[in-house]
Amino acid sequence: MSKQINVALIGNPNTGKTSVFNALTGLKQKVSNYPGTTVDKKEGVCKLPRGLKAHIIDLPGTYSLNASSLDENVVVELLLNKTDKNYPDVAVIVTDVENLKRNLLLFTQIKDLRIPTVLVINMADLMKRRGISLNIPLLEEKLNTRIALISTRQNLGIDSLKEIINNYKSISTDPCLDTSRIDPEYFDNLKQAFPNQDLYKLWLVISQDANFGRMSRKTLDIEKFKTKSISELKRLQQKETIKRYQFINSVLKVGQTIDTTKATGLRARLDRILTHKVWGYVIFFVILLTIFQAIYDWATVPMDFIDGAFASLSHWLKTVLPAGIATNLLAEGIVPGLGGILIFIPQIAFLFLFISVLEESGYMSRVVFLMDRVMRRFGLSGKSVVPLISGTACAIPAVMATRNIENWKERLITILVVPFTTCSARLPVYLIIIALVIPEGRFLGLSYQALSLMFLYILGFGSAVFSAFLLDKVLKIQRKSYFVIEMPNYKIPLFRNVLITVVEKTKAFVFGAGKIILAISIILFVLASTGIGRQFNNADYIVRMEVAGENLSEEEIETRIASHKLEHSLIGVAGKAIEPVIQPLGYDWKIGIAIICSFAAREVFVGTLATIYSVGQDDEDTIKNRMKKEINPVSGVPLFNFASGISLLLFYAFAMQCMSTLAIVKKETNSWLWPMAQLVFMTALAYLVALIVYQFLK
Amino acid sequence: MTVADLKKGESGIITDSSSDEIPLKLLEMGCLPGNEVELIQTAPFNDPLYLNINGSHVAIRHRIAALIQIEKADE
Repeated sequence: MSKQINVALIGNPNTGKTSVFNALTGLKQKVSNYPGTTVDKKEGVCKLPRGLKAHIIDLPGTYSLNASSLDENVVVELLLNKTDKNYPDVAVIVTDVENLKRNLLLFTQIKDLRIPTVLVINMADLMKRRGISLNIPLLEEKLNTRIALISTRQNLGIDSLKEIINNYKSISTDPCLDTSRIDPEYFDNLKQAFPNQDLYKLWLVISQDANFGRMSRKTLDIEKFKTKSISELKRLQQKETIKRYQFINSVLKVGQTIDTTKATGLRARLDRILTHKVWGYVIFFVILLTIFQAIYDWATVPMDFIDGAFASLSHWLKTVLPAGIATNLLAEGIVPGLGGILIFIPQIAFLFLFISVLEESGYMSRVVFLMDRVMRRFGLSGKSVVPLISGTACAIPAVMATRNIENWKERLITILVVPFTTCSARLPVYLIIIALVIPEGRFLGLSYQALSLMFLYILGFGSAVFSAFLLDKVLKIQRKSYFVIEMPNYKIPLFRNVLITVVEKTKAFVFGAGKIILAISIILFVLASTGIGRQFNNADYIVRMEVAGENLSEEEIETRIASHKLEHSLIGVAGKAIEPVIQPLGYDWKIGIAIICSFAAREVFVGTLATIYSVGQDDEDTIKNRMKKEINPVSGVPLFNFASGISLLLFYAFAMQCMSTLAIVKKETNSWLWPMAQLVFMTALAYLVALIVYQFLK
Repeated sequence: MTVADLKKGESGIITDSSSDEIPLKLLEMGCLPGNEVELIQTAPFNDPLYLNINGSHVAIRHRIAALIQIEKADE
C-alpha cells in the first residue's frame, strides 16, 4: 500500500466546502457516523501527484472552534486529539471570497493549533463581478501559509490545490496569534500548571465550558485548574475574537481591495421580494405547491412504467423458470415486494431534488427568517422549518437537522413533532390509496388527487405544529432564546452537488428500505403459503365441494381455492386474530397484516399487500388493479372505498410507524422516554382518528 | 440606541456588544465594537431582524438585537 495522508476539510457553512470535497474525491465517497453520534462523517480518497494518496475527511461546517452544537463539537474534538486515527496531517480551510474576513477567523484558530494549514479561497469566479482583488503572494506571506484560489463552479484551481496538499510539509506551523496576550497573568498561571502543554489547546479545552461544555478531558487533567467563571471566560473569548479580527483586518488591509461601486444589487433585489412581508410568504407557498404538483404529476409516467415492468417480470419468471417453490418465492414474494418499493424512486428522487436545490440556492435561510416568529408561537424556532421540510423526505435526516437549533426545548419539540410530517415512506401508501379512492378530475388545473396529496402534507405539517403548541405548554424546560442564522448569498445550485445528494439519498432509501422489504416479503411468502389443519391442506377439495352447484369456470375456481388457502394460512390466521381490532376502522385481515408489517417501516404496507395479493393470483395484473378488485367480506362493497380509504390515509398520517426514526430519536435525545412517548401518543391518535372518520363516512 | 431601534435601510456603528446574553457566534460573525451594522429587512412584527454586520449577513431575534448598543452612522 502506498503512503496515505490525512486531510481535513474545514470551513464555515455556505463556503462551498462540500463542492471542494466533491471536486477532490468525485464519487469515491463514504458516509458514516462519528462514533457515538449521528453526525455525518464524509470521507473520500483523492490521488495526489506522484502517487501519494490523500484520505479526505469533510468535517461539519463550523464558524469557529468554540463549538455551540454537536456537529461543531466533532470538529473541535478531532483537532484536539492527536491520537485519533483521523487526526489531520494537513488542514484545508475552505473560505468564500466574499466573506473572507469572517472566514479567516476560523483559519487563524486552526493555524494556532500548529497543524499545517492550507487556505482555499473558493468562488474566485465571483471576484470580478464583486470588484474584489487579492494580492495572493502578499496574503501568503502575511498569513504564513499557501493559498489556493479556486472556483468549484468553473472547476479552476483544483490541481494547484492538490499540488499544495502534496507539499504540505513545507507549510509553516507558526501560529497567527499569541493567545496569552488576552490575559497574560492567567496564561502565565496556566503555563506553570501545565508546562508541557500547548497553551492555545489548553485554553480551547477550558473555554469550551462557556459554550457547548461537552469537551472530554481524557488527556488533560484540567478539573483542578478552573479559576474563571463562565462570564469571565466569555469576556476573554470576546477579547480573543477582537484580537483575531485586528490581525485579520491588518492582513486584509494590504492584501485585499474591494471596489464597492462594482457590488451588484442582485442579492438586495431578490431579498426585497423573497423576504417581503407579503410576497415572501406567497412565493414560499407557491414553491411548496409546485413541489407537490411535481411529485404527483411528473412522476406518474416513470412510476406506471416500473409498476408494469415488475408485473411482467413476475409473469415472465413464471413462464421461463421450472415450476416449484423457489420460482413461486421469486415471482410471488420477492419480485412484487421489491416492485412495491422501487416504484417510488421517481418521487423520492424528485423530493430530494427540490430540497437540495432549495438548500443549495440559499433560499432555505430566507424561509427560516420568514417563519421564525410564526414558529416561535408554537414553541418552535424558525430553524425548525428546515427539519419540518426535510421531514417530507425522511424523518431521520430531519431529526438530525435539528442540531443547529440552539435552544434545547425548541430542539426537543422539533424532534418530537417531525415524524408527523409526510415523509417519503408515507408516499407509497398515500399514492396508491389516493389513486383507488379519490376520483380523477381537475379543479383550477390541479388534479383532485394532487390536491388530496397536498391536503395530507398540510395535515402532517399542521399536526406537527399543533402538537408542538401542546408540548410547549406541557414541557417545563427553561428556555433561553437565542437564534443566529446566516443569510448566505444566492447561488445557482451546482448540478454536480445536487446530483450527488439525490443519488446518495435515494440509494440510502432504496437499500435501507429494500433490505427490510426483501426480508419481510420472504417471511410473508412463507407464512402465506404454509398452513396447518384441514382447511388449508384440503382447500382444493373443500372449495370444489362448495362451488359444485355454482357452474363456475375452472379459472374462477382456482382463484377461490387460492384465496381460501390464503385465509387459512399462518398469516391468514394471524390477520384474522387482529381483525376485531381493526374492523371498526374499515379494514380486513389482509390490511391488518400489512399494518403490522409496516410497523418496521411504512412503505412496507404496499409491498406487503402486493405480496399477499399476488400469492396464487394472475401475475400480469398491477398492484393497483388487484387492490381495486378486493371486496369487503362483511359489507360486500369494494374493500378500498372512500370511507375505508380516508380512514387508512389518516391512520398513516398520524401513526408512528418507523423503527429507524425511533432509534434516531433515542440517539439524539439520549433517552428512551421520548421515542416511547412518540410511539404511544401517535399510534393512539392514529387509531382514534381513523375510527371516528370511518364510522362517520361509512 | 440599539440595533432594534434601527429602521429598514438605516445603519449604525456598534459601540458595545459585551452582554453575556449575546452569543459568541454573533461576535465571531463580526458583531464587535467599531463595526458597522445595517438593517436590511424585518419580518412581520419586527422580529427577527435581517442584518448586515460588517459584511456578514445574519438574522437575529429582536430581543438580542436590543442588547447591541450602537451609534447612528453619519449620513
